[in-house]
Amino acid sequence: MRISVQEAPFDLGAEIAGFGAAGNAGAIVTFSGIVRDDTGRMVALELEHYPGMTEKALTRIAEDAMARWSLADCLVIHRYGRLAVGEPIMMVATAARHRRAAFEAAEFLMDYLKSRAPFWKREIGVDGPGDWVEAKDTDEAALKRW
Amino acid sequence: MVEVVYFAWLRERIGVPRERVETGAATVADLVAELAAREARYAAAFADLAAVRVALDQELSDFGAPLAGVREVAFFPPMTGG
Repeated sequence: MRISVQEAPFDLGAEIAGFGAAGNAGAIVTFSGIVRDDTGRMVALELEHYPGMTEKALTRIAEDAMARWSLADCLVIHRYGRLAVGEPIMMVATAARHRRAAFEAAEFLMDYLKSRAPFWKREIGVDGPGDWVEAKDTDEAALKRW
Repeated sequence: MVEVVYFAWLRERIGVPRERVETGAATVADLVAELAAREARYAAAFADLAAVRVALDQELSDFGAPLAGVREVAFFPPMTGG
């Protein structure tokens, strides 16, 4: 299991090379979130986080996923700072014996990262800093299924 | 004495990322009331507590929680990770 909170970009392919090999995994799922521009006027996202609490929260969420789905391995990378449109924000990877466990664990990680990892996003538009991104009720509701 | 830290728009409204606060507040809610009574910028930041979350020593908590033994209190909007 590995957690990384970092400003630097990451290479999805390089990160999953050899991932899950030691745990005799039969299935690997990866998800990566990318900065997107819904308005045509956004140039970047600025991500703020709570150093210390972020690492603790991500570790707990990943440990929960490892235990609940008996994962062979689990990787969570989440960036902070200024991220341009098109850049990767974060990724999760899960390795399990079977695909259902790997998919479910990845969805669980994503749902919890959305609402329980102390990150805050603000849109940077062509005219400068814009609004803070508001949490959605659907994000909180998504936790209930777990 | 507790360390109080603010994130995102709470940090912007209050104007500082962190500060040491001399307080005898028994609970988080009492601390919020003390801060809000200080100056308009605090009152503005804490005007709608439904939009504010709190962590005690880096663990998510709530406004009714006691402050005894707590070193760091954090206030922030609902999280938007992922």
